[in-house]
Amino acid sequence: MIVLAALAVLLPFLGAVGGLLLGPRLSPAFDFTRRRGPELFAVVPVGIMTVLTGIVAFQQWWDPGVRDRVFATVPTGTMPIEFGLSVDGLAAVVAFMVGCVALAVQVYSVSYLKDEPRYSSYAAFISLFTAAMLLVVYADDLMVLYVGWEIMGLCSYFLIGHHWEEAANSRAAVKAFLTTRVGDVGFLLGAIVLAVGAHSFQISTIMRNLEKIPHGTLVAATLLILVGVAGKSAQFPLHTWLPDAMAGPTPISALIHAATMVAAGVYVVARLYPAFVAAPVSLAVLGVMASISMVGAACAALAQRDLKRVLAYSTISQLGYMAAGLAVGAKSAAMFHLITHGAFKALLFLAAGSVIHTVGSNLLSEMGGLRQAMPVTFVTMTIGYAALAGLPPASGFFSKDSIIEAAQLTAFHGGEIIEPSINATIPGWVSWIVYLSLLGTAALTAAYVSRAWLMTFFGAGPDGAHEAPPLMSRTLVALAVPALVLGFFGLGAAELQPHFGSAGLSLIFVAAGAAVVVLAWRDDPVLDPARRLGPVRTLFERAFYVDDLYDLTVVRPVRRLASVVAGADRTVVDATVESTVPAARGLGRLVSLPQGGNPQTYLTGVLAGAVLLVLAVVALT
Amino acid sequence: MHATYPVVVSALLFSIGVYGVLARRNAILVLMAAELMLNAVNLNLVTFDVLWQDRLHGGQVLTLFTIVIAAAEVGLGLAIILLLFRNRQNIDIDRQDALSEGNQ
Repeated sequence: MIVLAALAVLLPFLGAVGGLLLGPRLSPAFDFTRRRGPELFAVVPVGIMTVLTGIVAFQQWWDPGVRDRVFATVPTGTMPIEFGLSVDGLAAVVAFMVGCVALAVQVYSVSYLKDEPRYSSYAAFISLFTAAMLLVVYADDLMVLYVGWEIMGLCSYFLIGHHWEEAANSRAAVKAFLTTRVGDVGFLLGAIVLAVGAHSFQISTIMRNLEKIPHGTLVAATLLILVGVAGKSAQFPLHTWLPDAMAGPTPISALIHAATMVAAGVYVVARLYPAFVAAPVSLAVLGVMASISMVGAACAALAQRDLKRVLAYSTISQLGYMAAGLAVGAKSAAMFHLITHGAFKALLFLAAGSVIHTVGSNLLSEMGGLRQAMPVTFVTMTIGYAALAGLPPASGFFSKDSIIEAAQLTAFHGGEIIEPSINATIPGWVSWIVYLSLLGTAALTAAYVSRAWLMTFFGAGPDGAHEAPPLMSRTLVALAVPALVLGFFGLGAAELQPHFGSAGLSLIFVAAGAAVVVLAWRDDPVLDPARRLGPVRTLFERAFYVDDLYDLTVVRPVRRLASVVAGADRTVVDATVESTVPAARGLGRLVSLPQGGNPQTYLTGVLAGAVLLVLAVVALT
Repeated sequence: MHATYPVVVSALLFSIGVYGVLARRNAILVLMAAELMLNAVNLNLVTFDVLWQDRLHGGQVLTLFTIVIAAAEVGLGLAIILLLFRNRQNIDIDRQDALSEGNQ
């Protein structure tokens, strides 16, 4: 089975290499299928990979247990890097989710980017992205995991900057790359500290040797890894790249937000969860970070004018949910939310892509009244929104509710995590902050979801809107099914079943949030309900000026330093070198004077030299 | 015979040769001057061979050797001078300054 997992990692990688190297050249060879070569290269490996991950997940479900194998050992002198994969239940399910979303994105992109000249490289990078994510999911070695982690950063850079002709897009790509890079440094250091503490890079060995690691080392390692998680999973304070990453094509947003990239951060915390449990300080930090991210991002989502930015902030907010779930010990609930979020966020982004495709603009104010013109998109997107807001029976309700319930239990027990397998206590105030933020975010989520839903599909809208091409709308339907019913799969596990008390409470919050927006909208369906926010609106729309703060404290000082360094290079280093030029030139002219071209002159010189030498020898001896 | 006479003659011959190589303009005369220098050396070789009664007559052997080399050298040199004349219509050494920097 582990071979199937390895093949699942390898196939999209080979597809990417093939697509990059041969894609456009194969086009004539595949004319008989009426499809171009790159599309086959894009869809077929990812399709087979999805089937493989499905088989792996099925086997894991049929016969649970951890399967691992080391394929190669890289000797490093001290701790060898074991190139191995390990599949447990969590990895199998997450990998299957990644496979499904990646396949949906590839199929959707065939239609979405039909006339794109650089489709071949685009599709190849999606495949590479997917391969890297699967490597992160299946890896049994911190360094192997880190390889996948870095390839994802690279692919996100290329894909966000796919339309690099516009300066804003390539700036967004650079921003995403640099911001996640800050986190990656933390992750690498954390991984090394952890590995040095446990004398092994192998995750399973590290988890077995946790007691032998000094507590201080463990805290340092997990905190450093959290920096990496904040970077990849777009948590405060490294979240600013994600909204800007909307510059990429919409299917890329779906891929980054649902299956790859951002899921990797949360997944890594779950993967290394025993280490975090052994260092509750890190859990508390994770909880605070998650609370700030989810509330702040939900507020920001409430006031955005751009549909994709609304969804981007909602991703930050939902990742905050998962991180909060991990912080209060609800690991399975958090991973459940990761899966359902993958389904409904992919659906939402692809549906938003259909809307943008038709309307020709990202701005909410230019949309409206699309429910008649785009019935499939309307229904599927409504399902996605319901799941995002946590309305039963959509999947988001179940996963969100199990997180809120775990947070409630922890908060009521003063921060002691009530989970039989977990023996840890986080500070009581942290658990309360997490719990209240979760409830508040539930209301805020309902509010921004209602606003986006009403402004897209109701009221007056553009003329001439039409349903998306069949390949796109069929993908939407295929994703809407899991977004709707995935929640019921959690009913089998005791910790994922909804309970009346907490579910009712969160539903009250959801209803309140939605009601406020609907009431504000009913006054005047043409206007934006966010106008009721008044002066706070600008604050929310600019996401609490975090970007401006970073601009002021990081970007500008760095730029100034860069210009100082560049100036020093010009005026000191270059000038020093250049000032020697006239001297060297003059010297050269002087030295070349005897080179007159007449060999007799040269011979005279040689003779004179010989005579002088002889005289010198005679005189000195 | 005292060794001074042939040595002085050879020194004179050599000096004339040096002067010719350094000062003459005509390439053929320069070649001849070089021959003069070679012959000055030959004279020295023969002189000291006789003077020291060398049993193996190394000086004479070497002289013959030099003469052969000189013949070959003259052949080569004259060929070069011929080619030079064909290409440039002169054999004036002062004017063969292709090796100069070009700015003089």
